[in-house]
Amino acid sequence: MKIKINGKKLLAKEGETILDVSKRNGIHIPTLCYHSDVTIKASCRVCVVEVNREELLPSCSTKVQNGMVVETDTSSVRRARKINLELLFSQHQEECHDCIWNLNCKMLDFAKEYKVKINKFKDRKDHYPAYRFGCSLEFDSSKCIDCRNCIEICKEQGVGFLEMRGKSHLREVFPSERKDKDCVHCGQCINHCPAGAFEAVGEFERTEKPLKKEEITLIFQIAPAVRAAIGEEFGLPAGFNLMGELVSSLRQLGGDNIFDVPVGADITTMEESKEFLKRTEEGGLPLLTSCCPSWVRFVEFYYPEFIPHLTTVRSPHIILGKLIKEYFSTKKGVDPQELFLISIMPCVAKKHEIEREELAENGVRPVDYVMTTRETGRLLKKNNIKLKGMEKGRTDDPFGEASFSGVSYGASGGVMQSAIFNIIGERVQFKKVSSGLAEASISYKGRNLRLAVVHGLKNARNALEGLKKDPKRYDYVEVMACPGGCIGGGGQPVPTSESMTKERRAGLRKASEDKEVLKAKDNPVVKKVYEEILTTEKEISRICHTRYHEASKTPLYKNKRNNK
Amino acid sequence: MMKDIISKIEKEGILGRSGSNFPVHLKWESVKKEKAEKKYVVCNAAEGELGAFKDLFILKNHSRYVIEGIRVAIDYLSAEKGYIYLKKEYFEEVHDLLKEEIGNDEIEIVKKKGGYIGGEETALIKVIEGGVPEPQKKPPFPTQKGLWGYPTLVNNVESFYCVGKIKREEYEKERFYSIFGDAPNKGVHKLQGGITIREILESTGNVPDFEYFLKIGGGACGIIMLPEELDVPLRRLGVIMIYKKEGLDCYALMKKWVDFLLEGNCDKCTPCREGLYRIMEMIEKRDMEGVEDMLFAMEKTSFCPLGTSAATSLRSFLEKVLKNDHENKN
Repeated sequence: MKIKINGKKLLAKEGETILDVSKRNGIHIPTLCYHSDVTIKASCRVCVVEVNREELLPSCSTKVQNGMVVETDTSSVRRARKINLELLFSQHQEECHDCIWNLNCKMLDFAKEYKVKINKFKDRKDHYPAYRFGCSLEFDSSKCIDCRNCIEICKEQGVGFLEMRGKSHLREVFPSERKDKDCVHCGQCINHCPAGAFEAVGEFERTEKPLKKEEITLIFQIAPAVRAAIGEEFGLPAGFNLMGELVSSLRQLGGDNIFDVPVGADITTMEESKEFLKRTEEGGLPLLTSCCPSWVRFVEFYYPEFIPHLTTVRSPHIILGKLIKEYFSTKKGVDPQELFLISIMPCVAKKHEIEREELAENGVRPVDYVMTTRETGRLLKKNNIKLKGMEKGRTDDPFGEASFSGVSYGASGGVMQSAIFNIIGERVQFKKVSSGLAEASISYKGRNLRLAVVHGLKNARNALEGLKKDPKRYDYVEVMACPGGCIGGGGQPVPTSESMTKERRAGLRKASEDKEVLKAKDNPVVKKVYEEILTTEKEISRICHTRYHEASKTPLYKNKRNNK
Repeated sequence: MMKDIISKIEKEGILGRSGSNFPVHLKWESVKKEKAEKKYVVCNAAEGELGAFKDLFILKNHSRYVIEGIRVAIDYLSAEKGYIYLKKEYFEEVHDLLKEEIGNDEIEIVKKKGGYIGGEETALIKVIEGGVPEPQKKPPFPTQKGLWGYPTLVNNVESFYCVGKIKREEYEKERFYSIFGDAPNKGVHKLQGGITIREILESTGNVPDFEYFLKIGGGACGIIMLPEELDVPLRRLGVIMIYKKEGLDCYALMKKWVDFLLEGNCDKCTPCREGLYRIMEMIEKRDMEGVEDMLFAMEKTSFCPLGTSAATSLRSFLEKVLKNDHENKN
């Protein structure tokens, strides 16, 4: 069909919205509650346009009709947008200096575009509290603009911890008080909130703290998914591999040593493939991966009966963190207390993971701080370190280079592929069953082994329910809590969306293809680690394995405000 | 026979009695022409407007015509089932009476949830489905995708009453008017449809002998009419509120309305939720500076008709009453 936008004749397809057609043709319309990953709410009323010279309609939800005449920038459109923005600001307590949108805030951009007085009204929610869910996530309800994308995404994640409460115009997003609901720290609420009401604990007020300790040896390790996304913090499109640049930048920031988490992933692969084979022989299948701390918490809280099936192998950054500290204390004589190890992660649940009691030994934790991709970008910018154009650096010995497999951990399927590749020496073709689930079967030593790769916790819930009914349905399941795996993690730059996750995935793929060694077991670094550090079963168990326990609901920490 | 009823409804020119004025036969036909496995019929007895009691009056006194009208609709559409979506406060008063009238028919009474917005047709569908009262995007209209995604006919109590009367060949073009406020003769009155507002006042003994203005079509979302404007028929919901001008506190009155609108708010869209909140602030400060922006956004960009009609209503009061009130005081 044909429509006209701003006088331009355009072709449109049945079922498209005005926003769809505008976007395709490069016509700018401001949007706030719209997010391509969730259903259209049409509640902020910022994207209104003039239709057929008579009414103002939201472009996000209005379907095109043949002959429709649309104007996106008339004086009444501008006036309506300005007023609605002022009203949105009136319920949004600004805390711009400490917001995850950093300098990239749409609300502020539109304020400029429409000459909005952001403080025209006294903030309606200035006395609303901030909540902390465990040690990973915060929700500042005084910033919420009531779009409810977080509620949808939390439900879509199979968790449903975020709910509505209250009546009439004072309904609000609220963390569930039900005993059988708890947050698992995936952080998808952060990625889908247009107003910066959600953030990881520590973003950003704690980010610089660790760097100020001068007497210590400062070590960074970088998760695979970070390299294909950090560029977005510097205005690059999604999917640029900036690993080399990031290494140099972190050195400039004061990092004494920089390591690559995929090397830890190679050790995880070694141990996990061993465990899978052992369970194949001795029983205990299906084996469930445990690299994703949000997924682990999901099992511990919602499906404790599956705890015995979680692999006991620690996640890559925990193993590498432990190896690094081990190496520095035994080979270089550095007191572990004088080391400060920061993991740069696409994840907020990792902040929770490092606090797990089982991981500490004599009071020393394998990792001291987890910094999200966002926090890292912020820190570099604040220190005037320009990632773009930085010379490419290399990670340090003795944990220098990872394999192709190790890097592939950053996207859904990577863990499973690496383990199976390590065992059978070839890569498996998975068949996509639905969005968020892929399956394959392999034959090994006369046995047919059924594999599943799952991402998104709703799909994980379905997989577990399936296993409850038929325990033999799968023998090995990889689960990543976030859509697309770590690449779409809750610690990645905002905005983020399914399509951006795809771009990042392609970037990560290129990064892994740069690696000379394919399999974990062929990696010389891995061989050396097993020759020098992981020499006995006892040492392997101490450094590489962990245990799990049923989780109870985390008390909700509420930070009251006294502004009113 | 059933074709017959639709042409009779059309011939009588029955318009939706919720205030929408949408021709009843067109709504029925649009559900009829949808191809679907199931269809539903809903009688909207949410009667949420301030000062509106005509549906209660009809249910109490003429329920057999209402149920008859619902039956006719179920038959005409070959619908699965009918629902009566009943205001909480009416439940006790009319539930048993309706049950008796329904007998063994597939008509279920569902208790209304939420405030004023709980009576909006897409919001009430959510409630019957077990959800929260929140309006949904249109299109699709309930006639296309209503209850559980099936075509659904939603009509007001009085609309079904008219159909029931037509079916029994007893329809006399009557209409019900709820007249309250400072009215000398308060109550629900059954009169001839199509007569002017002045005639309504005259024939019910409600012509005030004091200075007054009216709010017609709803105590909250209706519009203000001055004594010189009454020679037109009432084309909105059958509600007339009479206000005595002497000693009137305009701000207290607006506060009552806006309180009601905030209470009945669904919290969904920015202009209605935040705009009304700010209007309330202005009323409390007794200074309406900036209200025009709020009304503009509510009128032009609200998600559902609540915001739009609330703005039209307030604007008519500001222009016709408050402005003069200020001028007189200055």
